[in-house]
Amino acid sequence: MNSLKVSFAGLTLSNPTMLASGMMGETSGSLLRVAEAGAGAVVTKSIGSEPRPGYPNPTLVELEEGYINAMGLPNPGIVAFEEEMSAAHSCPVPIIGSIFASSAKEFSHLAERMQSYGASAIELNLSCPHAKGYGMEVGVDPEAVGAIVAAVKSKCKIPVFSKLTPNTHRLLEVGRAVQEAGGDAIVAINTLRGMSISIEARRPVLSNKGGGLSGPAVKAVGIRCVYDLSAILEIPIIGVGGVEDWRDAVEYIMAGASAVQIGSGIGRRGLGVFREITEGMTLFMGENGFASVKDMMGVAHE
Amino acid sequence: MNRQIITRVSSVHREGEGMTTLRFAFERSISSGQFLMVWVPGVDEVPMSASYVYGEKGITVKEVGEATRALSRLRPGDLIGVRGPYGHGFELLPGQTLIVGGGSGMASLLTAADSIYDPEKLDILIGARTSNELIFLERAKLLSKGVHLSTDDGSKGQKGTVVEMASEHLAKKSYDTVLGCGPEKMLRALLDVCDKAGVPCQLSLERYMKCGTGLCGSCAIDGLRVCADGPVFPGDVLRRLPEFGSCKRDECGRRIKL
Repeated sequence: MNSLKVSFAGLTLSNPTMLASGMMGETSGSLLRVAEAGAGAVVTKSIGSEPRPGYPNPTLVELEEGYINAMGLPNPGIVAFEEEMSAAHSCPVPIIGSIFASSAKEFSHLAERMQSYGASAIELNLSCPHAKGYGMEVGVDPEAVGAIVAAVKSKCKIPVFSKLTPNTHRLLEVGRAVQEAGGDAIVAINTLRGMSISIEARRPVLSNKGGGLSGPAVKAVGIRCVYDLSAILEIPIIGVGGVEDWRDAVEYIMAGASAVQIGSGIGRRGLGVFREITEGMTLFMGENGFASVKDMMGVAHE
Repeated sequence: MNRQIITRVSSVHREGEGMTTLRFAFERSISSGQFLMVWVPGVDEVPMSASYVYGEKGITVKEVGEATRALSRLRPGDLIGVRGPYGHGFELLPGQTLIVGGGSGMASLLTAADSIYDPEKLDILIGARTSNELIFLERAKLLSKGVHLSTDDGSKGQKGTVVEMASEHLAKKSYDTVLGCGPEKMLRALLDVCDKAGVPCQLSLERYMKCGTGLCGSCAIDGLRVCADGPVFPGDVLRRLPEFGSCKRDECGRRIKL
């Protein structure tokens, strides 16, 4: 009998599917619901220092092959989020606290709070493409990223993941900077910068005009980033971008990912997407003689 | 696919105090109780229950803020973007149905009445705070032989809440299903009344929404998403939700008391 259990960066997951940040992870009830739906771990919505309402609607455009969103990092703030983390303490799977900030000091402070709330790991949002002063604005500079990771690592005992943006030609340098600064894992990729214009209304649909493209439209970009990062790095990589069935998950794992995150797939396939993926993977592994997820990991490089 | 369709407002109807119906062409089929995300270019995009699901589609807007004010001021020929339909609507069952609506909540309930389309099997209770907030009286009378009105101030129909009136109807007649929509405090009271009478109910909820598609989590109520798991929920599901009738989330995701 093969097992979907995976261990990486000090965490053990019953299966390699995770809830991606930004999806449903704002409240304890939602995190517990996704855990019940079969995710091996859940990542919170990105939490900042202060409450933030995000952008006015429209914040989402539906496309044939995905979504473009510019939510604008809405979140209740790190202080109020304690209540959600405390209410989620019965969560049967690891909760990874995602945080966003504009400086290494602010990141460290948020990470310490998240750790004290009982998070199993931290995910640094170094990649949101549509919030001024945050996300990819800090995440495209290898030096800045290295400084943030080092600062957070010096304050945290729990593993620290860095979620990176594909909107740069320096992705591999940023990846190396994370590893050299002691980062425990990389999450790749966040959304690609995109826009949708209504030709009838003659204006961009999103209130923020630009947003981040996700879903099947970006999967090939994500696969390439994971493949390239895993070729040069020792630390584990979590693949994200367009995963919505077991084939997508296996593809990321063969590219070198230790686990996958699912975001848009929830909107397009529903919460059943986690079980569909794990069931499909189990069958595939049985038919192809893979005893563990680790056996499949990175085989595309051989 | 629920991709946005750009359409033009074909007609505008004033329903009552601060309430306006917009009709427009929209070729996808909509189940009663489902909602649409309606975009006023340059202003905002808001979730709106469909108030007409047969023929030309429609929404009925209650003016409460900037976006709904902009919607209310649209004229025939103006452009709107419409995506959806989203969510789970009413499950229509055989037998006797009692519809209980408060204020603008009548909008989505009358689409259920349209779908039932049997005046013998349907009673409709329309409630509001005062007479000029009672809407869809004539439309309801075409769909049911038992239409009853209530106002909190007694300016029209029975004086009192529509939930009190529902309680009286449930005591004197046997119903198989209750469908309700209105302010959440009213729905909480209606759930208790239905429980007491032993009649299953389906209630349509409203929450602050961003994406409308079950992704962002901003409309969460105890782990359920009003946009994707609702907006219509069976009473026995709502009974298990501590947040139902007690609190909601603001645009930052903070819990606030109702």
